[in-house]
Amino acid sequence: MLEQSYYDVTDGIIEQYGKKASSLIPVMQDIQAKYRYLPGELLTYVARQIGVTEAKAYSVATFYENFSFEPKGKYIIKVCDGTACHVKKSIPVLEALYSELGLSKKKKTTDDMLFTVETVSCLGACGLAPTMTINDEVYPKMTPEKAVAVIRELRGDSK
Amino acid sequence: MIHAVIDGIPVEVEKGTTILQAAESVGIKIPTLCYIKGLMPDGSCRMCMVEIENRGWSKLDTACSAHVSEGDVIQTKSEKVIASRRGVLDLLLSNHKTDCFSCAGNGSCKLQDYCYEYGVDKTSYEGEMTEFPVDDSNPFFTYDPNLCILCHRCVNTCNKIVGRGAIDTAERGFNSIISTPFGVPLRESSCESCGNCVAACPTGALSSKRQKEYRPWQVEKKVLTTCPHCATGCQYYLIVKDGKIVDTQAADGPSNKGLLCVKGRSGSFDFVHSPERLTHPLIKNKETGEFEQASWEEALDLVASKFLEIKKKYGPDALAGFACSRSPNEDIYMMQKLVRCAFETNNVDNCARVCHSASVAGLAMTLGSGAMTNPIADITQKPDVIMLVGSNPEEAHPVVGMQIRQAVQRGCKIIVVDPRDIDLAKHADIHLKLRPGTNVAFANGMMHVIIEEGLQDMKFIEERTEGYEKIKEIVKEYTPEKVGEICHIDPEDLRKAARMYAKADKAPIIYCLGVTEHSTGTEGVMSMSNMAMLVGKLGREGCGVNPLRGQNNVQGACDMGALPGDFPGYQKVANPEVIAKFEKAWGKKLNPNPGTHATDIWPAAIRGEVKGLYIFGEDPIVTDPDTAHIIKALESLEFVVMNELFMTETAQYADVILPGVSYAEKEGTFTNTERRVQRVRKAVTIPGEARPDTEIFIDIMNRMGYPQPYLTPAQIMDEIASVTPSFGGISHARLDAGETLQWPCPSKDHPGTPIMHVGRFARGLGWFYPAEYVPSAELPDEEYPIILMTGRILYHYTTRAMTGKTPGLMEIEGKSFIEMNYKDADAIGVKNGDKVKISSRRGQIVSTARVGRKVSQGESWMPFHFPDGNANWLTNPALDKYARIPEYKVCAVKIEKA
Repeated sequence: MLEQSYYDVTDGIIEQYGKKASSLIPVMQDIQAKYRYLPGELLTYVARQIGVTEAKAYSVATFYENFSFEPKGKYIIKVCDGTACHVKKSIPVLEALYSELGLSKKKKTTDDMLFTVETVSCLGACGLAPTMTINDEVYPKMTPEKAVAVIRELRGDSK
Repeated sequence: MIHAVIDGIPVEVEKGTTILQAAESVGIKIPTLCYIKGLMPDGSCRMCMVEIENRGWSKLDTACSAHVSEGDVIQTKSEKVIASRRGVLDLLLSNHKTDCFSCAGNGSCKLQDYCYEYGVDKTSYEGEMTEFPVDDSNPFFTYDPNLCILCHRCVNTCNKIVGRGAIDTAERGFNSIISTPFGVPLRESSCESCGNCVAACPTGALSSKRQKEYRPWQVEKKVLTTCPHCATGCQYYLIVKDGKIVDTQAADGPSNKGLLCVKGRSGSFDFVHSPERLTHPLIKNKETGEFEQASWEEALDLVASKFLEIKKKYGPDALAGFACSRSPNEDIYMMQKLVRCAFETNNVDNCARVCHSASVAGLAMTLGSGAMTNPIADITQKPDVIMLVGSNPEEAHPVVGMQIRQAVQRGCKIIVVDPRDIDLAKHADIHLKLRPGTNVAFANGMMHVIIEEGLQDMKFIEERTEGYEKIKEIVKEYTPEKVGEICHIDPEDLRKAARMYAKADKAPIIYCLGVTEHSTGTEGVMSMSNMAMLVGKLGREGCGVNPLRGQNNVQGACDMGALPGDFPGYQKVANPEVIAKFEKAWGKKLNPNPGTHATDIWPAAIRGEVKGLYIFGEDPIVTDPDTAHIIKALESLEFVVMNELFMTETAQYADVILPGVSYAEKEGTFTNTERRVQRVRKAVTIPGEARPDTEIFIDIMNRMGYPQPYLTPAQIMDEIASVTPSFGGISHARLDAGETLQWPCPSKDHPGTPIMHVGRFARGLGWFYPAEYVPSAELPDEEYPIILMTGRILYHYTTRAMTGKTPGLMEIEGKSFIEMNYKDADAIGVKNGDKVKISSRRGQIVSTARVGRKVSQGESWMPFHFPDGNANWLTNPALDKYARIPEYKVCAVKIEKA
């Protein structure tokens, strides 16, 4: 059971966009931004409030990689695996991150809720390939070693 | 008009016509997988690709979504088109197993058919295939995502046609899957198990578990008939293999438009082949109290001689008969003829007495005819606003409910007037969550606002009605504030509802037992017609006063004269001319005294005035209020005979049980809620020694001294037509020729009457009945502080005698429960799922609490289907003064933790 405050926050967000079907994505985005995930209960609540079926809301939420029903970590790392980054060896970067953090394609967030590793299809920074972002800050021309170093640094910071 | 050429055939079509529609109009078939007629094209399967040439260019496009343009030259079978379709099938097979032998869809799979037609026997894109778990949770069907081609027909059917929206496409790309929210099993989702998605699936992905019993090519015959559950009158085929019904298939009937609900699709034939069917006449051994098998001769002789003896000893009015509202018109007609001609009494009634007798009586008084004024399609497709009063169609009339949900999706506004948060209330523009038993106050409040704000239709009132001044005077007192207090609603909501209803161009009132089953039920009904007349919403499209009748043929049971005061077609017993007419037609001196209502027969039996009772297919111990009182009455009777399919609770009190036959074993007609007479057809042979009920009645009539020749059901309908003006033009021959007739249909060339009271009320002038609010007969007090309402749920029909024989329905809902408000539950320490003891002044039962906000504080609700805690041990037999209908919807109870 979520605390009442979650519903109150959601009511505020819904009010901002209006109780209509087209508010679905922006409302879910704001909830995701606020809590770093989209709690399932709120998806159900939003669907009912704006008048779309729960199944439709679930369909939209699962279509976009950005929405997550699991809480995401403090640092959300998006490794670009678009064509340019892929040919410039983005996969070794991803694998280095997975191995450093004990994550996988299935397990995306560390147990200490510090890191979430995702892939994205293109960050639009092909000149900097292979690239990744951490909480929207761009890290250009990555190598597996550089990626691991960044992680260790962040980990040190947060300790 | 637009001109084009398709496969060399010139076509002329209206602007906006799709290529698929244009091709169909000249008999050219284009293959489709995702297309659903009547919906916006999905355009996802790409199977309907055609080649279009125009002004020198040529392209491939989907026929389902591309509109015909002037000068188009369209090829539906060109090389390019064939190559494209082969490509589509090749890609589909890249992620679809082809082990068709073990697939339930084998033989009814469009993918299989097209692959065969286009010569695609395996994919050229070999590789990984999805491996999702199969969802086998639903008792009636299975979803195997690995056989799914993602055409979205199921999703579009569930969302846009059924209006439930239980499923949608989840995930993306290769991981795409048709899913419930959060992937919960279907059984735990909001799915209503109607199976319309299964019918829509072009492959074996969604398959009915019934399909395990047969392959399409093994089907012996498909018999078009009418569903035996509610009065929507859905048309479907019974699928017969080796002399047994193995499945159903929806037909495109006028009231169901190809849809079915869970009861119709899955719960309408198991009972036919149930091993519990009675197959021999049974006579109770007076000494042992046990039933013993008897021959028909013995049983019929005993029945006739005992009834004759009672008639001789106590007079004809000591006999009574109840007709069966689930049986065809022809059976009911013969039953009432038996009572009138052989018993020589008018003590004949049917179970409308306990459901919609208030509608029959009330609307006859105010409008002149006690039936739904407008057709189902009309009141769901045409209106701007629907006012739904005391009706939960999504459960009680599910296919009507689906059509109302479609209306809501189209933008039709909806006002729900109901004490419970029924599902439609969630979609309502206004929900008036009334205190049970306050309908008259609500209606008077609506009229107060309408008159106060000058929204009434004075022209209509002046030209077509009488009694306006009186009602105007009465409703003056019913200010929204006063009504708000009586009904526990917000006065402002009442004002809004009144404006919304009055200002709508087209707005029907659709109501059900929440209006009728009160000690003031008839006045509640007349309040509905008062509201409609006040704003001129009668006698025209998309309007009217529309009682959704309960049983499949309860409309017919009333039409056929199974009423103590009415011969067939509501010709009054009290009218000597009518008596003379029927005496001539039936060649028999008739009893001129109107008979006793079914609900008054019980006290009369206890008083010793009624001695012999013939019950045709009713189970009053389960269905009538105050069970203890019904048992006492049955025990007081000297002789009870029943025509039954099963050993019901009431049947155990019979002296003789005669095994009749089910709807699937006889010919006849049912009349649905919209007065539409539809055929019932024999699909399978009769089990054991059971006999058609009409023949049983005829044998008893002859034995009791009234000579009645054997007639086929078609001949009986001809006799009905000859004595019933409103059925004058109805015959099996016309119905079999494909006509669908709504009475009044007075002559052979009459097309039937979809909308009643056009231009003139059946009564002449419509009458505003001066109704004052009177509280329910039993109100909560200190000892019994909670109001109990009763009703039906989606998965069962009343006594469960039929639906209870379908294991899947029992698996979904098989036990009694009581809905409680969370505050009331908290106060006595009861949690969701706890056992509770419920008692009233008449009895007590134990049930399981469902705690929530569905009912208001101080109120509770129970279904009466389940023997483990039947609400009718508690309900109040207080009767309405006009229709003698009992107050099922309000009694006072005490709830304790068990």
